[in-house]
Amino acid sequence: MPNKLTVSVSPHIHKDESVSLIMWTVVVSLIPAGVAGMVIFGRSALWVVLLGIITALATEALIQLVSRRKVTILDGSAFLTGLLLAYNLPPNVPFWLPIVGSFFAIAIGKQVFGGLGQNIFNPALVGRVFLMASWPRYMTTFAKPLDLDAVTSATPLMLLKEGKWAGTLSYLDLFLGKRGGCIGEVCILALLMGAAFLFYKKYISWHIPATYIMTAAACVYVFGPGGLFTGDWLFHVLSGGLILGAFFMATDYVTSPLTYKGQIIFGAGCGLLTAIIRLWGGYPEGVSYAILMMNGATPIIDRFTRNRIYGSGRQEAAT
Amino acid sequence: MIREFLKGIIKENPTFVLALGLCPTLAVSVSVINGIGMGIAATFVLLGSNMIIALIKNGIPDKIRIPCYIVVIATFVTITELTMKAYSPALNRALGIYVPLIVVNCIVLGRAEAFASKSSVMSSFFDGLGMGVGFTLALILISGIREVLGAGKIMGQTLVKGFDPAFVIGMPSGALLVIGLLLGFFNILKSRKRA
Repeated sequence: MPNKLTVSVSPHIHKDESVSLIMWTVVVSLIPAGVAGMVIFGRSALWVVLLGIITALATEALIQLVSRRKVTILDGSAFLTGLLLAYNLPPNVPFWLPIVGSFFAIAIGKQVFGGLGQNIFNPALVGRVFLMASWPRYMTTFAKPLDLDAVTSATPLMLLKEGKWAGTLSYLDLFLGKRGGCIGEVCILALLMGAAFLFYKKYISWHIPATYIMTAAACVYVFGPGGLFTGDWLFHVLSGGLILGAFFMATDYVTSPLTYKGQIIFGAGCGLLTAIIRLWGGYPEGVSYAILMMNGATPIIDRFTRNRIYGSGRQEAAT
Repeated sequence: MIREFLKGIIKENPTFVLALGLCPTLAVSVSVINGIGMGIAATFVLLGSNMIIALIKNGIPDKIRIPCYIVVIATFVTITELTMKAYSPALNRALGIYVPLIVVNCIVLGRAEAFASKSSVMSSFFDGLGMGVGFTLALILISGIREVLGAGKIMGQTLVKGFDPAFVIGMPSGALLVIGLLLGFFNILKSRKRA
């Protein structure tokens, strides 16, 4: 008689979810923002994205081959890193910039630490910050939206920093992405569609994005240009990389805290730092630096927000 | 004697194995010329202080040995600084405060404490020479990488026209990055050799 009784250890109820399924789902959720970026900025945006992805995959494969580890370029994580890095670049950068950035993101941001799950900092942002510190000239020249003649324009946040923001764009323009900026950050509508999909699949929770955006909005509102409580918070939420960062990069599983309590602290810290850099820092935009700094604080946050194991601790209070 | 000399270059390289003297390494490794200048200055101080300390080691009271070492080292640093000021003021200006700071360079003090105070004058001489050469080679390696990537030049000569150098490599964060990667690389080599 064949043995029909399966003996296995718990958990007994599974869902067919895996790292690669989640990664590819996040990639799918980012497609609308990329399509919008290509519509707004033209074909050069497509090349930047493709080069970013291909280099990320090639670098991952190369390093894993050289170090004789299993090649895992199909799990989607390197693809996602390359995609996110490209989304954080202006559409009119020279072709080698996404290549160098992707290589740096995967090699230094991820593989040096031991690969997926080991990295302290979000690899895509490590790549972006490296490019920003190395070639600021290319990283801060933005193509004008919906203009194929390679005219450059400043982003709304850059104009604001220089005191030249004239309010020529309506909130609707900002929401739809008709402004200068990085490929993946401009179209808020498309980003929110992707984020809604991730919420529906329960791959991200509200804790980090909500606290991040609300803290940043509250800070810029309170410390407005015309005294307390005069800031244009909606403008700050809709411009720059805040939406892209809050929903897709601050929520990276590897580099954000594990508990909900920790995630709230993490999100609030990101929001505070973003607002501080935008209002008083030297750069017009602070999302990537804010997330990287909080990535560095994640181990400490995790340490102090560890959940109490049921039945342990609090012995003295009980007696 | 030869062994004392060689160990400083590879097996006990002050920068990549002992991880000593990292502050001057981080600060001056922007260009190869600075790296060589710093390396030679430190080597001279190491040679002098190692020999003198080995010579007078029996006369130094144990409790105040560190101040005694510092006096010896400071003497040689002053000689170096004045010589540099007289014969290559440009290099002195480029290295700036890091020349007088050789007084508190961990390599110099470390060799005095760990080696010269227990060894003969001859072996201290070769130890100092080896450590100095090892330090200089490490500086040349680091500053070579940083000058090529961070400024697109080598020894002040532009390599390729139209090459956009990565600013960050020339900044302090780039120094940490390059040194960290080189340390990791040498650790890999070491573990391969042992296995």
